[in-house]
Amino acid sequence: MSANPHYIAIQTSDFSVGDEHQALRESGTHIGAIVTFTGLVREFTQDSSQSLFLEHYPAMTEKVLSKIIEQACQRWDIRSVRLTHRIGHLAAGDQIVFVGVNSAHRSEAFLAGQFIMDFLKTEAPFWKKEGDQWVEAKNSDNEVKKQWEA
Amino acid sequence: MLRLLYFAQLKDQLNCSEEQLDWQPEFTTISALKLHLSQRDKQWQNALSANILTAVNQTMAKGNHPISDGDEIAFFPPVTGG
Repeated sequence: MSANPHYIAIQTSDFSVGDEHQALRESGTHIGAIVTFTGLVREFTQDSSQSLFLEHYPAMTEKVLSKIIEQACQRWDIRSVRLTHRIGHLAAGDQIVFVGVNSAHRSEAFLAGQFIMDFLKTEAPFWKKEGDQWVEAKNSDNEVKKQWEA
Repeated sequence: MLRLLYFAQLKDQLNCSEEQLDWQPEFTTISALKLHLSQRDKQWQNALSANILTAVNQTMAKGNHPISDGDEIAFFPPVTGG
């Protein structure tokens, strides 16, 4: 296996969960479990005709995501991680984020997947705008992250 | 010279996404730089007094983080991705 078995993509285009899952099956040996998470754009609270726009800080995003994956690898024995986050204009029901983890055993893949999402939510420099309103960050996301720091 | 970047609400409020700022020795930390920017006018003062995160050279940093000539400093509201 190569030095960096992980994959990170920031893109405007959609992704295929099937292709991602297949890539996780094929990356590495002694894989006994694959856990995947797909985040979707929820129906908007205000006006369902409005679209969602996602901005990010290009120079920083991949750096932060790599660091989060590196931390997950230090905590759990996982083989590889695939992470895709979309940017630009999205509609309700669209896929927005994918995180997939493979490992020898299921519990590590489950934990690592949740850890990566919890940290992505509070540390990765993405911002959502619904119509002309920027979405406010939720304090509950910070509380969830703190559980990992205990 | 510092490269300053602003994102999301902050970018809209300040009507500015990026600027170059001549280096001054008084910019010892993020907090010192923020104070300098807040003194521009009421709009800057209000925008920067909100809950704003900062990154120095693309890494999240607190107010007491030292900065130096040539750094890229980004100001942004709490993140909402995922």
